[in-house]
Amino acid sequence: MFRPRVIPVLLLKNKGLVKSTKFRDHHYIGDPINAVKIFNDLKADELAFLDIMASKEKRLISLDFVSKVGEEANMPFAVGGGISTLEHIRQIIAAGAEKVIINTQATNTAFIREAADTFGSSTIAVCLDVKKKLFGKVQTWVMAGEKSTGYSPVDFARMMQDNGVGEIIIQSIEQDGMMQGYDINLIKNVSEAVTIPVIALGGAGNLSHLNQAYRDAYANGLAAGSMFVYHGPRKGILINYPEKTELNNLFYNENIS
Amino acid sequence: MDNLIIIDYGMGNLHSVKKKLHRIGVKADISNNPETIKKASKLFLPGVGHFSKAMQNLKELGLYDILNEAVLMKKIPILGICLGLQLMAKHSEEGDEYGFGWFDAEVVKFTIKDQLKHKVPHMGWNHVIANKSSILFDGLSGAQEFYFVHSYHIKSNEPTDILATTDYEYPFVSALEKENIFGVQFHPEKSHDAGEKMLANFLKL
Repeated sequence: MFRPRVIPVLLLKNKGLVKSTKFRDHHYIGDPINAVKIFNDLKADELAFLDIMASKEKRLISLDFVSKVGEEANMPFAVGGGISTLEHIRQIIAAGAEKVIINTQATNTAFIREAADTFGSSTIAVCLDVKKKLFGKVQTWVMAGEKSTGYSPVDFARMMQDNGVGEIIIQSIEQDGMMQGYDINLIKNVSEAVTIPVIALGGAGNLSHLNQAYRDAYANGLAAGSMFVYHGPRKGILINYPEKTELNNLFYNENIS
Repeated sequence: MDNLIIIDYGMGNLHSVKKKLHRIGVKADISNNPETIKKASKLFLPGVGHFSKAMQNLKELGLYDILNEAVLMKKIPILGICLGLQLMAKHSEEGDEYGFGWFDAEVVKFTIKDQLKHKVPHMGWNHVIANKSSILFDGLSGAQEFYFVHSYHIKSNEPTDILATTDYEYPFVSALEKENIFGVQFHPEKSHDAGEKMLANFLKL
């Protein structure tokens, strides 16, 4: 039986691991490579790394860092941060990543098409960062949530699918770090609009949030940051991940809804 | 001593296979050199990407005949992974291209009815159900979770070749085995302990 992937998303800033709230207030969490080792022991399904400053600083995520993750990671991992050329993608894959995550350059659909044709759809994931424009409509944003594309998430997701993208990560900026649950409507709308896998991101705080996005919003992957790096109401830093039996009970039991 | 070669034909992530084998405690070399591949005692054919591009690369590198000879004449054990499995079939819908034809099988695109619940690519963990006894499943449960990423799958015309199936709206062939030829649609190199066990099993051949 198929079960959705549960994916810790790790944010990088100045070579450290940080966690944000609504894309702001970057709290230092620890050493990213150490986190990979812990997620190996905890048998995480998949990992994602995003260098949140790369696009703004007009540079690529450190290839040296990606290689180090590649040496350690015992599971598939995806990497994002400043990817803007085919050569970037080639280098990141050669360093051991399975997938790249594109955000800022996703508006360049010719680039997206070329990337999907060259490396295969399943190698190319696009992250849609979504928030309301002041007094306006829900839109898709790039450049670490600072620049609006003018597209609705559904239109943007469809455009990505049409250009060969293999997976959509849909992230609610407003729910980021809140741990109060995903924006279920947002995820559901995008899931219903495309036939490629959709990963929910932004807002997960517990296992029932993950289940809700899977059951009610048809998310194919359930990603989270805070949930896997914080512990308890005081948000003590503790890398954690559900037990395999917890995940099986959650997703394989068809009666729970 | 074993001479393990991971065939490099410019398609995807080969280092993860090498790394996983290293973890098991064996050394494997990544190569596209026909002479090196000729001397291999075991071959790995991984790969991610487009079927017809893969066949084109293999031919351009002069590896098409070399691999046919190694696998069919010299009976060198080979393990195809993901696209590597698909290349062992006769033909693929992806690019309408012919493969090695080591298995009487076709590669077809997923035809999903409920596209909301079953997105394509089929990406994530799914159960692999063994269809016959095999050294690959030694010490593993007959229904084991492995990691998948693919949009096309095998359709076998020869039931005795079917080593395992997996369910994604409908059952599809997730592994094939015939004599010295093994192919798996999933990624053992990315499937934690079960994957490590399966690779170690292949090395016992």
